[in-house]
Amino acid sequence: MASAPEWKNPVIRWVDRRLPIFTFMHHEYVDYPMPKNCTYLWAFGAISMIILMIMIATGIFLAMHYVAHTDHAFNSVERIMRDVNYGWLLRYVHANGASMFFIAVYIHTFRGLYYGSYKEPRELLWMIGVAILLVMILTAFTGYVLPWGQMSFWAATVITSLFSAFPVVGDPIVTWLWGGFSVDQPTLNRFFALHYLLPFVILGLSVLHVAALHVPGVGSNNPKGIAIQGPQDSVPFHPYATIKDLYAFAVFLIIFAAFVFYAPNYLGHPDNYVPADPLVTPPHIVPEWYFLPFYAILRAIPDKLGGVLVMFASIAVLFVIPWLDTSKVRSCTYRPIYKWFFWLFVANTMLLGYVGAKPAEGIWVLLAQLGTAWYFIHFLVVMPVVGKLEKPSPLPTSISEPVLHGGGPLPSGAAAGPMEKA
Amino acid sequence: MMHKRATTAIVVGLAAAVAAWSAPVSAAEQIELPSYEWSHYGPFGTIDQAAAQRGFQVYQQVCQSCHGMELFYFRNLAGIGFTEEQIEIVASEYFIQDGYDDFGDPIEREGRASDSFPDPFPNDAAAAAANGGVVPPDLSVMIKARPSGEDYMTALLMGYEDEPPEGFDLTLGKYYNKYFPGHQISMPQMLYDDMVMYEDGTESTALQNAKDVTIFLAYTAEPHHDERKQLGMRVMLFLIVFAGLMYATKRQLWSAVKH
Repeated sequence: MASAPEWKNPVIRWVDRRLPIFTFMHHEYVDYPMPKNCTYLWAFGAISMIILMIMIATGIFLAMHYVAHTDHAFNSVERIMRDVNYGWLLRYVHANGASMFFIAVYIHTFRGLYYGSYKEPRELLWMIGVAILLVMILTAFTGYVLPWGQMSFWAATVITSLFSAFPVVGDPIVTWLWGGFSVDQPTLNRFFALHYLLPFVILGLSVLHVAALHVPGVGSNNPKGIAIQGPQDSVPFHPYATIKDLYAFAVFLIIFAAFVFYAPNYLGHPDNYVPADPLVTPPHIVPEWYFLPFYAILRAIPDKLGGVLVMFASIAVLFVIPWLDTSKVRSCTYRPIYKWFFWLFVANTMLLGYVGAKPAEGIWVLLAQLGTAWYFIHFLVVMPVVGKLEKPSPLPTSISEPVLHGGGPLPSGAAAGPMEKA
Repeated sequence: MMHKRATTAIVVGLAAAVAAWSAPVSAAEQIELPSYEWSHYGPFGTIDQAAAQRGFQVYQQVCQSCHGMELFYFRNLAGIGFTEEQIEIVASEYFIQDGYDDFGDPIEREGRASDSFPDPFPNDAAAAAANGGVVPPDLSVMIKARPSGEDYMTALLMGYEDEPPEGFDLTLGKYYNKYFPGHQISMPQMLYDDMVMYEDGTESTALQNAKDVTIFLAYTAEPHHDERKQLGMRVMLFLIVFAGLMYATKRQLWSAVKH
């Protein structure tokens, strides 16, 4: 590992001797070895981090103008868009940013699933990531309630009411969540408080997530799923990964901006421009797109308590994936059978999302049930069983060299270290 | 390249899923809306100011006897071509409730540019009592509050039928409308040919009135519509150039790395 540079600037040297933040940054974001075969799929962690910053920045300015009161919340959001300087931009960036955040994080998560990034020694890294997803869900939900439109109000009512499914403690829990006997002022007020708090929890968890990644001997996974064996396998994080991430982010930002400037309300629901009315229920209460697969799972179970438990389980199961996957090989590139199950799982998740947007009747209920069943079968049966039975294709000896064809001379790097424990 | 393909597949797949999922969910009965041409659609579209001004005339002469716009201020009329003097004149034709005098009596004064379009009824109960039990909704953000807002608004205003179809049980005091969910609407047909005398001489058909007031309401729903798309074009240009530079730099840097 390259040692820290000799700091030339006297101020930096003075500070760094007492609080070595410059050395730390240099170590973690300049020298940090990045496997050189990482694709653009590896950019979505950095993209997610930047979007989190954008969300926090826009959110703080929105909070300066937002009024968390049932009589004023709806109009205050419109006032932001009409009368605050560039308020329309702040609000549309924030509202669409939530969707972009989930797109980036979902791609990041599926990438981790495909390349086995959750496997030893990255179990904690993965679990912290699932915790981030969980807090993101809570943040997005509390945030969606704040404009106090029809969907805000009814989504809050439906989701908080889920807890009433629990016997005995259910109703007291719901009353406690609401701060009263219906979704009302106390609910809106506390949701605003939580929505301001939770992003900083995400930030803290993200720091832990990065800390669990930047551990010697752990580091970033890569498309081959094998460890870095020497300097020939990696490039320094800066400038190689930084420029690649920047380019990927620039492209991502083009898509983001296209929504913000040309279709700012496309991902939202028109009903949320109707002020909340506790006396009028919308014909269809649908969550934002990023919750639809979970919503489909919730509604697939005919029993309310069962549905709630299964939906919680659908997230809980993600925590134990590192121990459900029995394969010795990380990357799906070398898993000829499981690879197809991965894509089946992706398709199944999309199906659940599609079904989640449909009314819970007729064929959609059956599809939701099949999709839900497969969701769990994938994790609880396919992952352990296929991992045991499947014969992986031969792994390359190192990141630098492809699978050796017909006994060429051994590359110098390959001999340097033993093949990693599978 | 396997990884490249995996990348593309995941990104394209997720994008398609987002598009499919976010499409408005169909109501129990899907009502096919006619589709009209709107000059403010598309990335370069701007609000048609002449149409919006005519639409404002329709709002004033037809809609505002029942519908207020509490989020739309007189000063916002500047965005569709009104001068400051014109705005003051328009505002002064309205009476605004503004607090109480020293004896506790409500003060009513002439409107100013800084006021919003007042609700025609003193409160919801009065509004409902005067309209068969239904409160006429505020129109400030109406276009954003309905799927395909522009098409829906025009279709709704034009969608009245004198006689409901055979076998349709129309409640007393309701009107049959082809495009209203459930087809029973409390608002009677309001637009008829030659009812509004357009100041600019445009032929005043009911359809023209409906389209014009729709454009006006598209403006009230998003007074920053034009600014948003104009800024968007500059941002997009910047981002495309920026992404290009980043890509060139990335290529240059990585050209030395064997991978």
